[in-house]
Amino acid sequence: MSRRRDNYENSRWRRFKRWLEGEIDPLTEGGVGLSKAPSSTAASLEGTDRGREPEEDVALSPGDLEKDVALSPREPEKDVALSPGGTEPDTLPALREPGGRGLRLYRKFYQIMSIFLCLGIICVLLWTIAYLPAFGNAGNPDNNEVSARYIEKGLEETGAVNMVTGMILDYRAFDTFGESCVLFIASCCVLVLLRIDDDGGSGDAEKRKREANDRVFEPKNDIILQKCACVLVPVIMVFGIYIILNGHLSPGGGFSGGAVLGSGLILYLNAFGFQKTEQMFNGRTYRRITVSALTFYCLAKSYSFFTGANHMESGIPLGTPGDILSSGLILPLNICVGLVVACTMYAFYTLFRKGGI
Amino acid sequence: MKLFECVLLLGLIVCAVSVGFTRDLLTSIIIFMSYSLIMCVIWVLLQSPDLAITEAAVGAGVTSILFFVTLKKIKAIRKEEQDEPEEG
Repeated sequence: MSRRRDNYENSRWRRFKRWLEGEIDPLTEGGVGLSKAPSSTAASLEGTDRGREPEEDVALSPGDLEKDVALSPREPEKDVALSPGGTEPDTLPALREPGGRGLRLYRKFYQIMSIFLCLGIICVLLWTIAYLPAFGNAGNPDNNEVSARYIEKGLEETGAVNMVTGMILDYRAFDTFGESCVLFIASCCVLVLLRIDDDGGSGDAEKRKREANDRVFEPKNDIILQKCACVLVPVIMVFGIYIILNGHLSPGGGFSGGAVLGSGLILYLNAFGFQKTEQMFNGRTYRRITVSALTFYCLAKSYSFFTGANHMESGIPLGTPGDILSSGLILPLNICVGLVVACTMYAFYTLFRKGGI
Repeated sequence: MKLFECVLLLGLIVCAVSVGFTRDLLTSIIIFMSYSLIMCVIWVLLQSPDLAITEAAVGAGVTSILFFVTLKKIKAIRKEEQDEPEEG
């Protein structure tokens, strides 16, 4: 291990080249190869070797001792490296050995920098908030003719008492359609990632067995949970349906109601297990409901989408504002969105649990 | 009412900070759930009940459940001892 100790040896490029050739690991930054470290005998040998080395260095370069120390910060590390390497051979020497001082330094640097970054972002955001116009100010830029039109003519044109629903399912129905499609695509992606195929190789068989095991013992027939679910699930379901059906009359709508419905389904599934829920809801039901809801939405609004998402007469009477059967297409569209959201929530859960719907 | 809002906002900040500083993943998920619940009450105070419903269902309900399932899948939640013989 006697090396030439000149400037080139200590230079960054030489070390980079040695790292490229696999001689050193930059994390155990002392010129110690990773391959030598793990075994204890090698470590002890190395220890003696390394113990001798500083003396050699001193002997070799007595003249420019200060220069050597200044140039190479290696010697102190090696001295520290001896003590744990000799006494306690570890399986992870790269992490334990103080050769990883660079690593520890990096970690400290990382922590400090992350705190500084966080503080910096907080400062920038607070600074930005200081320049925002006051809440509810009449002169704010969002008080333009669009919102004025929505507020003044919304009830008349859409027939929905809940102005938000009138906006998102009539004026901005195209956006809502995109959101529903995004949900559907997201559930498809989860399906691609997490699904366990029936016709797989040998590795899959074992995996499926484990999943089946998980599936059998997962609902532990907990009597408390089952009794609670008996009381809660109907209430949750009815509440979700109420939110969806009253989307154009009261706060809520397809997304909120669908999320509530999905949560109710998940609770039922947790309490009573997959076998019972699969009787009423399986993959085929999921596909049918989602695809038909999205198709209906698309077809019902396609005339509007085709003309650039302009508002056009649908021919359906708007009815009396405030009735359940009013406001034209908003109610069926709400039901569609709610079904898609509920199915997606439930599908996420079952895919995470057992890799299939 | 102002005081109540201040308390809620303070709780929000405490929850958000403590999620990052918790070692245990399970604890941090539960803190995340409580964050969503506080946020839900704040939405109601800000007079947007539809967002409150969504926040309660998605933030506190479905997301946390998905987190729990993931933790169970990656074996980050230790099983209780009495369940072991059942498994084998």
